[in-house]
Amino acid sequence: MSSSSPVFEKRLLTRDRGTGILQKLWQIPWLFVLLLCAVACVGYVALYSAGSGNPDLYATKHALRFGFCLVLMLCIGFVDIRLIARSAWIAYAVGIGLLVMVALHGEVGKGAQRWVDLGPLQLQPSELMKIVLVLTLAAWFHRASWERVGNPFFLVVPVVLVLVPVALIFKQPNLGTALITALLGGAMFWAAGVRWWKFAAIIAGAVAAAPIVYENLRDYQRARITTFLDPESDPLGAGYNIIQSKIALGSGGLWGKGFLQGTQGHLNFLPEKQTDFIFTMIAEEFGLVGAMGTLALLMLVVAFCFLVALRCKHQFGRLLAIGLGTNYFLYIFVNVAMVTGSIPVGGVPLPLISHGGSAMLTTMIGFGLLISAWVHRDAEFGPAQD
Amino acid sequence: MKFPRVFRREKSGIANFTMRGVKREEEQRRSVFTRRALLLAGSQLGLFGFLGYRLHTLQVEQGERYATLAEENRLSARLLSPPRGRVLDRNGAVVAGNRLNWRALLVAEHTTDVNATLETFTRIVPLTDNERARIEREVRRRRRFVPVIVREFLDWEEMARIEVNAPDLPGILIDVGTTRIYPEAENLAHIVGYVAPPAERDMDGDPLLQLPGIRVGRSGIERYHDQVMRGRAGSVQLEVNAVGRIIRELDRREGQPGQDIEISIDTELQKTVRGRIEEGTSVVVMNARNGEVLAMVSQPSFDPNIFNSGVSGAQWRQWTANRATPLINKTTNGLYAPGSTFKMVVAMAALEARVVGINERVVCPGHFDLGESRFHCWNRGGHGGLDMRSGLKLSCDVYFYEMARRLGMARMAAMARRFGLGVDLDIELPGTRRGLVPTREWREAQGLGWALGDTVVHGIGQGFYQLTPLSLATMTARLATGRAVQPHLTRSVGGRPMRGGRPEDWPSMGLPDRDLRLMREAMWAVVNEAGGTAQIAKLPGGFGQMAGKTGTTQVRRVSREQRERGFRVESLPREWRPHALFVGFAPHDNPLYAISVVIEHGTSGAGAAAPLARDVMVDTFNRFRVAPQPPGPRVAEVGRGT
Repeated sequence: MSSSSPVFEKRLLTRDRGTGILQKLWQIPWLFVLLLCAVACVGYVALYSAGSGNPDLYATKHALRFGFCLVLMLCIGFVDIRLIARSAWIAYAVGIGLLVMVALHGEVGKGAQRWVDLGPLQLQPSELMKIVLVLTLAAWFHRASWERVGNPFFLVVPVVLVLVPVALIFKQPNLGTALITALLGGAMFWAAGVRWWKFAAIIAGAVAAAPIVYENLRDYQRARITTFLDPESDPLGAGYNIIQSKIALGSGGLWGKGFLQGTQGHLNFLPEKQTDFIFTMIAEEFGLVGAMGTLALLMLVVAFCFLVALRCKHQFGRLLAIGLGTNYFLYIFVNVAMVTGSIPVGGVPLPLISHGGSAMLTTMIGFGLLISAWVHRDAEFGPAQD
Repeated sequence: MKFPRVFRREKSGIANFTMRGVKREEEQRRSVFTRRALLLAGSQLGLFGFLGYRLHTLQVEQGERYATLAEENRLSARLLSPPRGRVLDRNGAVVAGNRLNWRALLVAEHTTDVNATLETFTRIVPLTDNERARIEREVRRRRRFVPVIVREFLDWEEMARIEVNAPDLPGILIDVGTTRIYPEAENLAHIVGYVAPPAERDMDGDPLLQLPGIRVGRSGIERYHDQVMRGRAGSVQLEVNAVGRIIRELDRREGQPGQDIEISIDTELQKTVRGRIEEGTSVVVMNARNGEVLAMVSQPSFDPNIFNSGVSGAQWRQWTANRATPLINKTTNGLYAPGSTFKMVVAMAALEARVVGINERVVCPGHFDLGESRFHCWNRGGHGGLDMRSGLKLSCDVYFYEMARRLGMARMAAMARRFGLGVDLDIELPGTRRGLVPTREWREAQGLGWALGDTVVHGIGQGFYQLTPLSLATMTARLATGRAVQPHLTRSVGGRPMRGGRPEDWPSMGLPDRDLRLMREAMWAVVNEAGGTAQIAKLPGGFGQMAGKTGTTQVRRVSREQRERGFRVESLPREWRPHALFVGFAPHDNPLYAISVVIEHGTSGAGAAAPLARDVMVDTFNRFRVAPQPPGPRVAEVGRGT
């Protein structure tokens, strides 16, 4: 309330953009929504093909699911970002609760407990946890000044916040998602301003610990690493997926085999073509042009997240946007690198394109938060703390 | 006073400081964030670039390689097995054919419970425990849509019962394949041979051999003509999915069915001859003019159909333990000394070498002395003075001891080879023995010496000779026609006649007509003149007359003591008795058929072999009231009235 800086006071405490519903509606980034619809359409086409021209198999469900998620996303977009920031801790508690629940009595799928049955929807809490983690870390670092972030003791809480879900996911066991969650946490720390040397130390420690970790991996996890290093060593077993995926991709060539003409996919050489290997399906039928086009669309989605991060006036929104963008980027990168045989195979989907509810739901919730951050990008939060 | 001011100042200062601090903090945080966000964005852009590079590498640089791999994945070529060519006898009757083989198959994926289906099946068509175990093993080992054979060779009743119960037999289906069948069974086993699943050594690169259920010829005609009878495999290009299920047929190339083989055997004659003979007997009847084998019988025989479905150990032991060797064709693989049937060869050699005149007389006192050794004539009393014709007619041993002495072994052996003895006859029966006409060189190669006494003994067809009945028949045909005919079995392949069917296909032996005529004359006398050794072989009226020669070969040396005690061969155990032989041709003035008969331990050529030869010759004439096809012109140089 000082007279010396009334403008600042006013901005700090009262100035807010788009508090009314109509104003908010105006603020919704419709171009981004359109972009998401385009991505979902790519998914629809690919799933139509994966179902061998039968939309009932995957494509229709995908469209319905996306419609539902789209509405949910827009609803979340209207919620005040400050309310979201305050709810972060509740979300974190719920996320951890779900992870514990799945550990205690979740559905066992493919040798791991990953699913929790919530009535009509089966949810993978590990997917939700990634969004929740971004939210929580953004809330924690929101008030931290540069000096404070430099204080190692200040980092104890967020490190625990990251390690608890990572450990729970690792125990499922789901090595891939655990690593991705840890990476996501790292990206948040980085964006929040944690010092360079700490990352260097962690990376050095991880490299040193790698052999020990490898010793404690499950057989199938180890098999993934060995078959990644030499897929031809077991062409009918664990290496089969990688080899067939590369054949499918490669045989697509520049222009592809044409819609519904992909032999690898339609003759079932391609495993899980409607989920983890949907990108291969696209690349086989539409060639390098189709694959690059899809990648470009996905890149725009990530780019929008960074745009939101750079435009936000508050640290919470900035961190939230960069976390969500990185989360989506990690999905894309790990999935595409996996199907091109660049990194070990893991069950990472391509959200909004591949068939499956969990990833789409959590991704769209995330984008709902992003929209909220964009709509409330000039919202006043109060100052940073020392 | 100071305090409030200170406080105010402080407060205001703090406030100012805080405001400025907040602003500075905020700006600092923001600039750090912006820097780091851009770095993060940059690295993510770089990783996107990496993905693009990977895609480019896979899809453009290595695209062709992967396109080929995808095609290989997608396409599967399957071979179509062509029907195997049949074997027909000279009358067009099928002696090796293909029979439809109705089989019950089980497709595991069409039934929910394989065991229940098999249980029901067993109640309809009983399966043994072994069969059950095999089926269950195959079901486990194969993919669920690959049919497994439950039972082969179903008869109509079994099929009807399966069809009626089809609703209770999910997964069972009936299909038809082919299997080899030999309607004549034992009658032609040694000639036609048999088929069996290919072994590792049969794999000659023909993709056909990889097919399940395929059979290759293992012996006889089946083996000799295996390649042409096999045909060429057709193929279908199929689109398959990842588990190998057929999606659709893309291309089909029909194969070439195997070609039919027509053989020269007359099945009726073969059967009649078989009915006449006992174990250990071989009979060969040839068309003397072109070498076609009309009948070739070796007793005992075997059923080649057994090989098709697999020979049991017990069956195999029974065959191999049998001293009468049913699996061996004695006409081509039995080896015998020719005995007196060899004397025509010695006579021809003597005439060609001019070591004797046609009318020159040799005196037979009943024995022939060479240094210390004495060689006996079969007629202890002696034949007195003999010319060549009488020497052959009476089969005088002394006359031929003398001829051998004058000729030496080398010239006799050379003439024997010209008559087809001890040489490859190239008959279409793989594994046929060449036989052996001994020579000094052969003996010395064994590190043993050759004495003049050996030559003398070999002059009457005894000694180290190892000749097959087939080669003796060939010798007889050559004597009868003067042409170097080769025995053969194939008349046509796939409808195309083989060379060798006409007499003109065979070259003249280049022997003087006069000498050959003398041989035929003497052989006619053996059968038809008073005093001939084989008058019993005289043909009944209406068939023309047969010319021939008997032979009796010792399998065991008769000692002087036995001879002096006046022993009788009939008193010997059977396996010590001499073999009985007869060779002949008819009609004598226009030879059509040549015959050779070997009866193991038959005791006497005249007593056992000659009458059998007569009967077989009558059978042959009865079968061919006209000359055997193709009817050639009468061979002018052969015919000679007596």
